[in-house]
Amino acid sequence: MDTGLLVWAKGTGLELATTIMLLGLAMRVVQILVLGRTNDLSEARHSDVMTYGVKTVFRRFLPPQGMLQKGLFVYITGYVFHIGIFIVLFFFIPHIEMIDGALGVSWPGLYSSFIDAVTVITLITLIAVLLNRVWHPVQRLLSTKEDYITWALTFLPLLTGYLAYHHMLFEYNLMLALHILSVEALMIAIPFSKLSHMVTLFFARWYNGVIAGRKGVQS
Amino acid sequence: MTSKDTLGNVLAERGVSRRTFLKFCTALASSMALAPSIVPAMAEALANAKRQSVIWLSFQECTGCTESLTRSAQPSIESLIFDFISLDYHHTLQAAAGHQAEKARDIAVEENKGKYLLIVDGSIPLDLDGAYSTIAGITNLQMLEEVAEHALAIVSVGTCAAYGGLPMAKPNPTGAVPVSDIITDKPIINIPGCPPIGEVITGVLAHFLTFGAIPELDSLGRPKAFYGETIHDRCYRRTFYDQGLFADTFDDEGARKGWCLYKLGCKGPVTYNSCATMKWNNETSFPIESGHGCIGCSQPGFWDMGGFYDALSEPLTDLRGTAATAVVAGAAAGVAVAAMNKKHKQEAKEKHFKVTGETIENDMNNK
Repeated sequence: MDTGLLVWAKGTGLELATTIMLLGLAMRVVQILVLGRTNDLSEARHSDVMTYGVKTVFRRFLPPQGMLQKGLFVYITGYVFHIGIFIVLFFFIPHIEMIDGALGVSWPGLYSSFIDAVTVITLITLIAVLLNRVWHPVQRLLSTKEDYITWALTFLPLLTGYLAYHHMLFEYNLMLALHILSVEALMIAIPFSKLSHMVTLFFARWYNGVIAGRKGVQS
Repeated sequence: MTSKDTLGNVLAERGVSRRTFLKFCTALASSMALAPSIVPAMAEALANAKRQSVIWLSFQECTGCTESLTRSAQPSIESLIFDFISLDYHHTLQAAAGHQAEKARDIAVEENKGKYLLIVDGSIPLDLDGAYSTIAGITNLQMLEEVAEHALAIVSVGTCAAYGGLPMAKPNPTGAVPVSDIITDKPIINIPGCPPIGEVITGVLAHFLTFGAIPELDSLGRPKAFYGETIHDRCYRRTFYDQGLFADTFDDEGARKGWCLYKLGCKGPVTYNSCATMKWNNETSFPIESGHGCIGCSQPGFWDMGGFYDALSEPLTDLRGTAATAVVAGAAAGVAVAAMNKKHKQEAKEKHFKVTGETIENDMNNK
């Protein structure tokens, strides 16, 4: 199999995707920060509202009281696929090598077979999430085209990575190129879709915490 | 009929027993993924094979491919097959020189029109009308076109002839191209490698002698029998890759324990060749076995695929500069957009005036 596509994906493609992603993210983050919020003229109920902001950023990693039972499926699948993607992305040794080559930072990786198992679990979870979205009447009603595109953009890098690793479907060169290209598609979509939550969630939570803190409410 | 007319006779003359010959045919059949039942027919066909006229043209190359073919430590059946063919023209190996050599080529073409096999090693320069490489005043391009015209089939030996090779590496100063860019109306078998395994070259010749046809090829024109699997798939260190055990340097504990060389730049996962199974130097070893990663020499473009010692997953360029530029540019754009928004907001504010019932009344009266 020809390596031309792979070379393009690893070279020009990656540079383009990195540029678009970082440029877009930086632009959006700066825009949000400059936008700021209208000054709250009321007197703050607490002197340390900033602490409320920071606390909220972390507290919201956990479900609010009683919500876990109400939305067990959504919470569990949400945790599983987010943690799964994090592990696969940052602890598969070829990925670490990639980051090392691109940015010059590295850390120890995990066993490939462990990563493989995590990938399978994450893929199954993502399929379950999609089925739930399609089957659940309320979720279906709330879902837009963007939700399905976002799902596909998240699912494809995992699927192509799995297929490449196991030498399935296409020859390895092509599958690896498709894997990298699917990641690049994801990277490009990040700043312009709800995927930007990977950065903006921190601001959103911080603002919520600070606003609630001023009012003397725990957030 | 002289005793040298068939391969069987030549082998018998050189003391190769029937048993050894059958063993060779079995190995050849299995390496080509043919059914064992074909072995007797194959042996029969090979034993009765007539001398095949071969013209070997060497262009922009290093003679490494010829070395690979002829430098086996002890004579094998493969090398005897090579001895058996009628090599009518080959710069390095022929005794003739100068005009005599070129005349031999002309005669071979004339006498075996449509029947000879053309083997090419080296790429063909096209810039400056091909002046970068000439033989007896004839450009490589001209010689290839002339000889290929009456060839039965073409075998591109080595990565240079098959895919352009090192001469084609950026910035490709001579405008080098592979054989397949020039000759499009003849069957071409690519046997890439830098160099290719000698046994693979003779294996393809043996296939041709046996069946009188070219073997099954992959999408890059390589015989599937020898280029059907990646180095990585058949590598004895594969288990360490799966376990996540890698050598980080060439002299660390991992290297001593024979762990996977992926981090040290091994291109085995994307390289189709049979080094891991056929090995080199009479099946002694192959690069990974002697502690060095595969450089991917049988793949098109391997010369421009990033550093030999960079892991396969590493990007081709350092992205730090690109990343920093993108972040700074993005932040600047963000500030600019935010400033524009603010200005817009301010303008809207300035245009704002209070509307009362009186204003509306006046407005309507005016109309």
